[in-house]
Amino acid sequence: MYYKTGGYRVFSIFNYTLLTLICISCVLPLIHILAVSFSGSAPANSNLVGLLPIDFNVEAYAKTLNNSNFHQALTMGVYRTLLGTLVSMLLIVLASYALSKDSHGFRSRSIYTWYFLFTMLFSGGIVPSYMLVRNLDLMNSIWALVLPAAVNVFNMVLMMNFFRAVPKELEEASLIDGAGHFRTLWSVYLPISMPALATISLFTMVFHWNSWFDGLLYITDYKKYPLSTFLQTVIVQQDFNKINPDVNELKNISQRTVKAAQIFIGTLPILLVYPFLQKYFVKGIILGAVKE
Amino acid sequence: MESVKSNPQAPAKPSVSKASKSNKPKEKISRTWPLHLMLLPAAIVTLIFAYVPMGGLVMAFQDFKPYEGVWNSPFVGLEHFRFMFEYPDSKQVIINTLVIAGLKIVFGLLVPFTFAILLNEIRLILFKRVVQTLVYLPHFISWVILGAILTDMLGSEGIVNNSLRALGMDPIFWLGDGNWFRFTVVVSDIWQNFGFNTIVFLAALAGVNPSLYEAAEVDGANRWKQTLHITMPAMIPITVVVATLSIGNILNAGFDQIFNLYNPLVYEKGDIIDTFVYRTAILNGQFSFGTAVGMFKSVVGLVLIVISYRLAARFAGYRIF
Repeated sequence: MYYKTGGYRVFSIFNYTLLTLICISCVLPLIHILAVSFSGSAPANSNLVGLLPIDFNVEAYAKTLNNSNFHQALTMGVYRTLLGTLVSMLLIVLASYALSKDSHGFRSRSIYTWYFLFTMLFSGGIVPSYMLVRNLDLMNSIWALVLPAAVNVFNMVLMMNFFRAVPKELEEASLIDGAGHFRTLWSVYLPISMPALATISLFTMVFHWNSWFDGLLYITDYKKYPLSTFLQTVIVQQDFNKINPDVNELKNISQRTVKAAQIFIGTLPILLVYPFLQKYFVKGIILGAVKE
Repeated sequence: MESVKSNPQAPAKPSVSKASKSNKPKEKISRTWPLHLMLLPAAIVTLIFAYVPMGGLVMAFQDFKPYEGVWNSPFVGLEHFRFMFEYPDSKQVIINTLVIAGLKIVFGLLVPFTFAILLNEIRLILFKRVVQTLVYLPHFISWVILGAILTDMLGSEGIVNNSLRALGMDPIFWLGDGNWFRFTVVVSDIWQNFGFNTIVFLAALAGVNPSLYEAAEVDGANRWKQTLHITMPAMIPITVVVATLSIGNILNAGFDQIFNLYNPLVYEKGDIIDTFVYRTAILNGQFSFGTAVGMFKSVVGLVLIVISYRLAARFAGYRIF
């Protein structure tokens, strides 16, 4: 067998080592930040912390969680994620059920399909979208963060493909029993599409949790910033003018350990849902790539 | 087959076939109105938040004043587009975008291709799973977080430059020098996405018939020959598809990433179309010029996507719709 030859063994050792190093490089930045967040502020500020905390303590987390600005942003981030996912799933499930019907029973189907798909290919760009939100008086409203992103066409196509895989006989049985389309969707399709619903909800939640630019664009009142936008302003741009902290808070915010703690709390929800997400996205990608 | 698909609620309806086209019943609105109703909310939201802004592109041909609105602002024709190609800053921005996006496309294809081959040689299933889990992870972390971490690690006193100093080398201005900035942007983008982009290649490899390898083995091919003549050819079709489709991204240099990493020191080599539009339009209020530059990007993107989809359909038999 090929793997018993000397040359291949040398290659194998090289290969395992290389892949191990690559894997380490993928988690190293997170481990470094985690180590800094649990370190004492003196070693952290003089850059002594590598991958293990020095002077282990949880002070940075205590300070972060006591910061009222961070609190507001966290609440806003969670609120936006939940509301955004709810609205988006509602629109997507309804629309993709209708689109999953074949076009000779539902002849307008292809018109609708192109109507949605075209938005994936072309967009007005940020300036007209910004003017629109301003003219609709949605500035500083949660709906400016929820509605523009609500109809995600990629997710809609995924959901539609899941619905199409449902056996036709189930739908027919339900229609014969006198149920309408709404009833069929609710009592037949949804219960058997739970894995798909979970997958797409997770995708949507991650999207909303990570979104920061719309907050920067549409929210001018820093008190309504969702967490990602808050972190972008305070940690990446280091723009404290908008946040207007008092002197004590400013001292805390600019501390390296506190920054690290904020970054880590911002990543935590992603890390928590990641195992569930990973179970499904591979299937989703392949389904999206190889359709009949 | 056809009769199975017809609606059982309409027993009078004859089976639909090409031969009996004359008695094909008209689509009854009573049967499909619930479907239209279901599509209505998504259609309205799309109309407002996707199609209305497309209409807003008319601003690119106007001297748009916010207090006069789209209806009353005077038209200036192609003035903003002419200015875009004459103004040195916007020309430089287009070049930067092409360079950064081009490098990302090329290496974003080569790295996952190679990585999939290496991963395919791993025979310990557990090790393989752990590798996959870890390399997919960065894809799901936002550039706000990654930008904050990278700025911290790559700063002049950060962990990377301190390690360089410990090895007796000079520190590098990763994010402060134009050329190093481009390097950092491309490498960190590849780092974030190579794992995720490996998925489609691994899927292609999972479909290879193991008896091909057995036959090659019997014929005396060593593993390198097998890789060259079995593994790589199996990945060629999907590689062609991914390569053609990525042409549509040639003006997408990654707004989230650049915006969270750049600073005025590297504008000359690192500023891209999207960041430029944000600064000129939203921060400086040059709405029409910003719209024109953004529209240039959208139109070129649309044309390239249409062309590349056609190419993918012709050369790789790949259809998305």
